[in-house]
Amino acid sequence: MILTKRSVPVLGLVALSLAAGACGSSTKVTSASSPATTPAPAVTTAKPADTTAAPAVTTAKAGAAMGPLKAATLNASGSTFTKAFYEAAIADFTKVNKDVKINYGGGGSGKGRTDLADQITDWAGSDGTVKDEDKAKFKGGEFLYFPVVVAPITVSYNADGVDKLNLTPTVIAKIFQAEITKWNDPAIAADNAGVKLPDAGIVVVHRSDGSGTTENFTKFLDASVGSKGDGTWKLKSGSTVEWPTTTTAAEGNGGVAKAIKDTKGAIGYVDFSDAKATGLKFASIQNQAKAFIAPTLEGASAAAEGAEVKPDLTFFAGWAKGDKAYPIAAQTWIIVYKKQTDKAKGEATKTFINYVLTDGQKTAKDIDYAPLPKALADKAIAQLAMIEIPA
Amino acid sequence: MSSPALDLRASKGGGETGFRGLALAAGAFVLVILGAIAIVTTSKAWPTFRLMGLDFFTTKRWSAIDHIYGATAFIFGTIVSSIIALLLAVPVSIGIALFTTQIVPAKFRKPVTYAVDLLAVIPSVVFGLWGISVLAPKMDGFYKLLNRTFDGIPLLNKLFGPSAGGKSFFTAGIILALMITPIISSLSREIVDTCPPGEREGALALGATQWEMIRGVVIPHSKGGLVGAIMLGLGRAMGETIAATLVIGSSPQITADLFGAGNSMPAFIASQWGEADTPTKSALIALAVTLFLITLVVNIVATRTVARSQLRSAGGR
Repeated sequence: MILTKRSVPVLGLVALSLAAGACGSSTKVTSASSPATTPAPAVTTAKPADTTAAPAVTTAKAGAAMGPLKAATLNASGSTFTKAFYEAAIADFTKVNKDVKINYGGGGSGKGRTDLADQITDWAGSDGTVKDEDKAKFKGGEFLYFPVVVAPITVSYNADGVDKLNLTPTVIAKIFQAEITKWNDPAIAADNAGVKLPDAGIVVVHRSDGSGTTENFTKFLDASVGSKGDGTWKLKSGSTVEWPTTTTAAEGNGGVAKAIKDTKGAIGYVDFSDAKATGLKFASIQNQAKAFIAPTLEGASAAAEGAEVKPDLTFFAGWAKGDKAYPIAAQTWIIVYKKQTDKAKGEATKTFINYVLTDGQKTAKDIDYAPLPKALADKAIAQLAMIEIPA
Repeated sequence: MSSPALDLRASKGGGETGFRGLALAAGAFVLVILGAIAIVTTSKAWPTFRLMGLDFFTTKRWSAIDHIYGATAFIFGTIVSSIIALLLAVPVSIGIALFTTQIVPAKFRKPVTYAVDLLAVIPSVVFGLWGISVLAPKMDGFYKLLNRTFDGIPLLNKLFGPSAGGKSFFTAGIILALMITPIISSLSREIVDTCPPGEREGALALGATQWEMIRGVVIPHSKGGLVGAIMLGLGRAMGETIAATLVIGSSPQITADLFGAGNSMPAFIASQWGEADTPTKSALIALAVTLFLITLVVNIVATRTVARSQLRSAGGR
C-alpha cells in the first residue's frame, strides 16, 4: 500500500504509513463482528451438505470420526515457512470435504498469533510459542498447540572450491558474530581436513525482517554455545538480534538464499526447501553427540524425537539429543482456541487438524517438510479431544 | 455590474451553502484524520516514551530482546540517505526544469515533460527490486574501486569505506534520488514557468546570453519556489519505505562510511512489524511518530518558504 501514491504529498504518505502502524486497534472492530456474520451461511447450507456428503468413508479416511462435515469457511494466517505445506494439505483436505473452505493467508508467525488473539482468524500457524505476557490478549480464552511438521534450517554457503563443509556450533557462532572473517581460518580448517578452503573473506547474510527462522537459528546457538552453553554466542535469541554491522541482510528466506547465491564468500541460514530450490550448498553441523549431520528431513524428524516435549506439546526441535538428530531444526504449530464458538467451524477445524496429523504427514515429505515422530503425532491426536465444540 | 452578480448569488443561494458545507467538511475531515492519527500513534507509543524518555532520541542501540530502544541510528540513516538523494536529484531536476522550459523547442516540450513525469508512475517496489538486483551488485565494484583509490587519504578514506555487497546509504540515496527527481522537476518546471516572459526577453534584449538570463532573471525569480519543491522531494525521500528497505542494508549504525549498510525509520518499521512483540511494537510506533514529526517540520518549512516567495514575487511585480 505504501507503493502507489507517489503523487500524494508527503503528509498523506506519512499518514498512511502511520495508519498501518496503528492498525492493531482498527482490526479489532472487524474481529468482533466476524464470528457473528460467518456462521450464518453454515446454517443455511447445512442441509445440502448432509445429503451430498455421502462419501462418509472418505471423510473417515481423512481422519474424521464424527461424520460428514457441514459447510464452513475457516480463515487462518501465520507462518510463511509452512505456507507451502498448509496449501498442499488444504488442497487435499478440501478435495474430500468439499463443503469446507480454508484460507491460509501467511504473513508471518507474529501476525498469525495477533490475528488469532484478536479472533480475526480461526487458527494460527506459528513457528514460535505465545509469550506469557501476551496470553491475556487472546480474546477467545485458552488455546491449544498442535505440532504440525518440523524442518531443518540449513547453514548455506558460497565458497569457491568447497563442496563439503563441517561446522561446529562454536565456529558458526564465531562466524555470525564476525569473529571469524576468513574462509581459511584455522578454526574452520580444523574440522575440514582435506578441504581446500579459499583465502577469501566471509560475508554473513542474515534476515532483515523479523523472522521465526532467525529465532530458531539463534535459539540453537544460544542453547548450544550461548547462555546455556559456554557463552561463545553473545547475541541471545529472538526474531531479530543485533547483528554485527559488517554483516549484510536480505528479506525473507528466498532473499537470503538469493544473496548467498549471488555473493562470493557468503554464508547464511536458510530454511531447507528454499536452500534446495535455490541450489545452494549447505554445511553439515555437529550435533550433541559430536557427529556432523547434513540437513535432511530424517535428521529433522530425529531432532523432534530427541526434543523435550512439554505437556502443552510445545518444544524446541533444535539442539536435540540423538545420534542422528540435525541440530538446527524448526518446529511449527497450529494454534486454536480450546472453546470453539461455532459448531460447523469447530468440527471442520478439528477434522482438518486430524487430517494434518495423519494423512497430511505422508504428503509433507514430498514438499520438503519432515513429518512428526509417531509418538508426538499420537499425543497431538489425543489432544484433539480437548477441543470443545458447542452442540 | 454588481447588481446582476448579486442576483445570481441570491438565486443559487441553496447550492452555494451546500457547496460551502461540503468543502468545509472535506477540509475538516483531513484535519480530523491527521489529529486522530497523531493521538492514536502517540498514545500507542507512550509506553516507549515513558520507558526510554528522551533517551529514545539519543540512544544508538536498538535491542528488542533487552527492550532497549534508541532511534538515533535510524534517524541518522533516514537523514543521510535523504541528503544523498537530494544532492544527486536537485541539480538534475532543476536542470530538467530549465531544459524543458527555456531550451527545448516548443515542439518537443510535451514529449520530454511526459517522459520525465512517467518516471513518477513507476511503483517504488520496482525501483527497489531494480536497485537490489541490478544497481547494488554493479555499484559494489565501483565502491570497492573508490575505496582502494582513496585508501590512506584522510577524511576521504572514512567516507568511502569498504563495501559489502553494495547495499548501503549511498545505493539507497541513488534509488531515492531517482524517485524524487520527477517530483522536484515537475514542481520546479511549474515555478520556472511563472517567470514573466517580459523580464526574460528584457534580459536577452540587453545582450545577456541564455545562461546569464537564467542566472540573472529566472533563478532569482523562482528561488523560493524551488526551495519548496526541494523540501517536498526531501519529505518524499524520508518517508520512502519499500525501496529503502531493499537497498539500504538493514544494519542500524552511525558511521561516516557512505558505502556501509544502514537502516532508515520507515524501512525498519516495515521489516520488523510482523514479528515484533508488544513492547517492540510500541517502540516501532514511537519511531513512526518521530518520522511523522520530522516530515511535518520539513513540510511546514517548505510551505512557509513557498508562501514567502510567492508574496515576494507578487510584491515585486
